[in-house]
Amino acid sequence: MDLYRELILEHSKRPHRVGLREPFAAEVHHVNPTCGDEVTLRLDLDASTGEGEHATIRDLSYDALGCSISVASASVLAAEVTGHSVREALDTYAAMHAMLTSKGQDPGDEDAIGDGVAFAGVAKYPARVKCALLGWSAFTDALARSGIDISETSPSTSRFSTHATPKG
Amino acid sequence: MVAVVAGAEPFSGSESTAIRADFPILGRTVRDGKPLVYLDSGATSHKPWVVLEAEREFYEKHNSAVHRGAHQLSEEGTELYESARATIAAFIGATADEVVFTKNATEGLNLVAYAFSNASHGGGGARGRMPQPDDEMAARFVLAPGDEVLVTEMEHHANLVPWQELCRRTGATLRWIPLTPDGRLDLTDLDDLLTDRTKVVAFTHVSNVLGTINPVREITEKAHAAGALVVLDACQSVPHLSVDVTELGVDFLAFSGHKLFGPLGIGVLWGRPELLDAMPTFLTGGSMIETVTMEGSTYAPVPQKFEAGVPMAAQAIGFAAAVDYLTELGMDRVLAHEQFLTAALLDGLAARPWVRVVGPPTAAERGATVAFVVDGVHAHDVGQVLDDQGVAVRVGHHCAWPLHRALGVAATTRASFAAYNTVGEVDALLGALDLVPAIFGLDLDSVPRAASDRQQQRDREQVTV
Repeated sequence: MDLYRELILEHSKRPHRVGLREPFAAEVHHVNPTCGDEVTLRLDLDASTGEGEHATIRDLSYDALGCSISVASASVLAAEVTGHSVREALDTYAAMHAMLTSKGQDPGDEDAIGDGVAFAGVAKYPARVKCALLGWSAFTDALARSGIDISETSPSTSRFSTHATPKG
Repeated sequence: MVAVVAGAEPFSGSESTAIRADFPILGRTVRDGKPLVYLDSGATSHKPWVVLEAEREFYEKHNSAVHRGAHQLSEEGTELYESARATIAAFIGATADEVVFTKNATEGLNLVAYAFSNASHGGGGARGRMPQPDDEMAARFVLAPGDEVLVTEMEHHANLVPWQELCRRTGATLRWIPLTPDGRLDLTDLDDLLTDRTKVVAFTHVSNVLGTINPVREITEKAHAAGALVVLDACQSVPHLSVDVTELGVDFLAFSGHKLFGPLGIGVLWGRPELLDAMPTFLTGGSMIETVTMEGSTYAPVPQKFEAGVPMAAQAIGFAAAVDYLTELGMDRVLAHEQFLTAALLDGLAARPWVRVVGPPTAAERGATVAFVVDGVHAHDVGQVLDDQGVAVRVGHHCAWPLHRALGVAATTRASFAAYNTVGEVDALLGALDLVPAIFGLDLDSVPRAASDRQQQRDREQVTV
């Protein structure tokens, strides 16, 4: 199957930077109502590098309960954005989001999203795109709750927020 | 307990072939040319030609707004629509004036919940044209703080959320019957759960996840003794086993057309006529009135009182064609066939110790639904592997989230059958399932449950269909 690349299975079995840690500036809890997948995500920002998008993501910690795609995606998220500026993290999110919603047209740019390219196959399965975006939408929500203006960089965040896709 | 009618046999190979030929979609392929193995009829069933043709014929020859106009098309449409109502009513042992068409079963259940809500807030339309309006009957729908609504932990959200909302609006208290570990209703404390404040008991006939067939008569008799009305969610029973509303003894029963080989967008609420008459209106507008002035309105008798707007005539006619189709197959044989498939699947899963079935262990206690868990692999991932092989199942919580919480699982994979399924499709499911451990690197040696234990249990509870 094109979907379950080795990298995804690897991340889902041994998620990077997993666990909820202190301190944190914001904590969010997102669910996928279709299947009940859940992620709790905490964000700690370092403002010594600047305010807003110039702040650095000092720590992103999380607890994910869900399918291999959603857990692996949270793992890649943590690995890709920790230690980077908010600006860089939002660019990574935008690239990841573009690939996942491309219906398979966008193979993903490894320079921009790292291990995220393993999720290119997910884009061909519309029902699973939400799984892959669960952690990322929680992340952008946590940024917003930390006082970062994310409106320009993530126009479609709200589509994937906590209760945007009721089902069942 | 539902027993298979003596002598009823599963469909033979040639009968199955003929039945499958009646359903055009079963001929298509999915995922790069693989034959469709459709095991998701509990979500929605496919439609035979006779249903598609019945709908098409209505649009081609009789298309009209029924119950309106004096022209011939409307007369014909009205005749077909009302005749469909009679056919569907007879299928559940009811008469036509007790059957209300709704958008789906969810709307039917909401209709009853809103009857309580509206009665509690002075809604109009109660006591239509029945002679000697019975105030006591209308009073049964009035809820006040301290009154109780009893549901169960295995309900589909459609038979839970409307009652939660009703309680929120009226101040009534929601209580529920818990589950036993093997997925039955735990009726141990039923006598305590039912009090003189219990106004309504709402539960499912057959669980859409566990397949459990609930003891409707036992619960209904106790509920009635406590003075409560009984609402039955029959979505997973009417399509699969013979249902007679008089035999069940309930007060209301809701089911949908699309799970029963009928069209999407139509369901049925059956109710005792004296209760339907005593209930306030739900959706209001055209068709459901008697007289309208600027100051207020009076309402049509049941069932029109509950059918506001231009009715879904084509769907009703298709629904009736589906009922005729099932009747011709014979509900006793449909049940025998589906229990045969269920037993085959339970046997196949029992031979795989890394699979854990939820719900009662034998087919005789079940509807046509089997949900299971592969420990260590999320149901979404299991379903994806099956889908890749052309096997369509449902994954997730199946709109029964509290039930999954009670079972201690996040999600399950569910296979559900209809008359058109075959034992070959059970084998296809099992074959596809066998790909799961390798793909997700399951260590089968460390599977905690011993297969032999379960096999021994199954041997004790011999399946006979």
